[in-house]
Amino acid sequence: MVDRSGIPLCELRDMQKAFGGIRAVDHVSMDLFPGEVVGVLGHNGAGKSVLMKMLSGAYERDGGQILINGEEADINNPREARKYNIETIYQTLALADNLDASSNLFLGRELVTGLGLVNDPKMEAETRKIMARLNPNFRRYSTPVAGLSGGQRQSVAIARAVYFNAKILIMDEPTAALGVEETAMVAELIHELKKQGIGIFLIDHDIHQVKNLCDRASVMKNGRLVGTVEVDKVTEDDILGMIILGKNPGEIAA
Amino acid sequence: MADSHQTTDASEPTRLKRGFFQTLELDTRLLGMIAAFLLIAIVFNILTGGRFLTPRNVFNLTIQTVSVAIMATGMVFVIVNRHIDLSVGALLGTVSAIMAMTQTNILPNMLGLELGSPLIAPIAIFVGLIAGVVIGSFHGWLIGYLTIPAFIVTLGGLFVWRNVAWHLTKGQTIGPLDGNFVSLGGIDGTLGETGSWILAVIAAAFILYLFFNARRKKVAHGFPVKPMWAEVLIAGIALVAIFGFVWTLNSYQVPVRRLARMFEARGEVMPEGYTEGYGVPFSVLLLIAVATVMTIIAQQTRLGRYIFATGGNPEAAMLSGINTRLLTVKIFAIVGFLCALSAVVASARQNFHSNDIGTLDELRVIAAAVIGGTALSGGIGTIYGAILGALIMQSLQSGMAMVGVDAPYQNIVVGIVLVFAVYIDIIYRKRTGD
Repeated sequence: MVDRSGIPLCELRDMQKAFGGIRAVDHVSMDLFPGEVVGVLGHNGAGKSVLMKMLSGAYERDGGQILINGEEADINNPREARKYNIETIYQTLALADNLDASSNLFLGRELVTGLGLVNDPKMEAETRKIMARLNPNFRRYSTPVAGLSGGQRQSVAIARAVYFNAKILIMDEPTAALGVEETAMVAELIHELKKQGIGIFLIDHDIHQVKNLCDRASVMKNGRLVGTVEVDKVTEDDILGMIILGKNPGEIAA
Repeated sequence: MADSHQTTDASEPTRLKRGFFQTLELDTRLLGMIAAFLLIAIVFNILTGGRFLTPRNVFNLTIQTVSVAIMATGMVFVIVNRHIDLSVGALLGTVSAIMAMTQTNILPNMLGLELGSPLIAPIAIFVGLIAGVVIGSFHGWLIGYLTIPAFIVTLGGLFVWRNVAWHLTKGQTIGPLDGNFVSLGGIDGTLGETGSWILAVIAAAFILYLFFNARRKKVAHGFPVKPMWAEVLIAGIALVAIFGFVWTLNSYQVPVRRLARMFEARGEVMPEGYTEGYGVPFSVLLLIAVATVMTIIAQQTRLGRYIFATGGNPEAAMLSGINTRLLTVKIFAIVGFLCALSAVVASARQNFHSNDIGTLDELRVIAAAVIGGTALSGGIGTIYGAILGALIMQSLQSGMAMVGVDAPYQNIVVGIVLVFAVYIDIIYRKRTGD
């Protein structure tokens, strides 16, 4: 069980974002405790990805606060988010297809030599270390990632998030493009990261997976927060009701 | 490719079954370009009855290639980053005009610097480089921060700078240029035989160091290395190419009357039977320096890594915290700088600034980069490819001129070659899955 008595690892308060006249995220609040997995659920266009992109710095928020360990964090771009050890695995993976695995892993944070030149051998050695843990079969270090399989690309994207000691991890449908075996691997990784006290926001459409992996689920609809529930205390149908009807368990009958 | 990773992973240890070229780990595209260049050289050499591969023609070919080749290295960055620059020839014209006016009018007449002063050339070049960087940065700012498409900004730039050059000079030809300045143009400034041999030795030592260092680093990290014979073979070919090139340029003899004048100018009498080869021109040294620095930027710096990453996936680059707008400004600033360098070489080579200098160079530069394997879809391209591309195009044109093909027909052939080269590249990429 996750201990939720202390200060949250990450707290999103009253977050707002509009695109033109459309309120993509409309006064939404969520929190995340160390070692916890919070599912962020909702239909396409519910505002989950936009909310998460404000946390990862990809979007600037119109309003609201981000608190990390109880202190307000100033996050306006991806670089600032990384300073707070917030790492993201995007649904699109966000890999530069023309670069190899280690160049992608260290993109924006290259290791450099004393002369300020990029230290490719060192980066490749580090990449080999982390990949040995995440995907022991991986050998294709000098190939542009465009030539890798879906699972291999996914493991590069995951390695990038894990390598830099994330405290808060955002995973946007990490298993959507994966086979059964690779999905199991991601589930195992999530369990391992939980044990290390890392907090994870998990965007997912698979209710069954949410029940298995998440401690709590926050459901959004039309840019608003429907509610947050502990997944052990509700049924899959309850969660589906929140997603589809926008009503919390108990409200439906009434 | 979706489920092929198991098999490809498993095939890694079976290194024994690799072919000759795979073992050499050479870029096959590079090999293809070298083969194309050699083919062109041999065919024209036969057609001209051996005149194409004379030291004199190789020398001329080399100095004619420099200006376009320098700009083409910058064009690689622009195209890799998914932009285009149509204004390089016009920018060259404006910078050439500024430098010509600086050295013939502003410095001697307005600032009282004596004509022939050793300060004139450096100051004029410095002014030109500043102008190039400022104009290039301005283009980059319009593209990166105001998000106007590069095609439009540089198309506008083509109209503007071509005619700013005309405005500055009132359409006049300006020359002759400063003597030191002109030495950067080609034939009027060369290293001489001894200097060229020293350069060859330094270059050879540097190449060997690079090979040795790359191998040492790989071994230190426990990465697989090529067999020793492959390393020796490639290094050997590189050394033969370097010394062969220098030997050819050294074999181009300075005319006796010109030598005699040089001795006269120093107040000496030329010894009987004295000969001297031209050797490597300063302009070629400049190109080598540009190629080296640009290659280091492309492969060994964060700037280069970000240019390629942004070309490969702009969104991924942005999400990785790369400031892609500032990156655009930097790229166009580099191009502006290189245009200024090319302006030095181009105006120095003809010893004056003319109204039409650099006209259509933008198309030659883009063609050189593209023939050299730079993909217009972004993310792929090499500096050496662009230089080879420039050399291939120049060889085609000079070769056809020597055979007696009229200029309009030359352009028709170059146009066809450009389209055909890109088609070959497309087929190659489909085959290799790059």
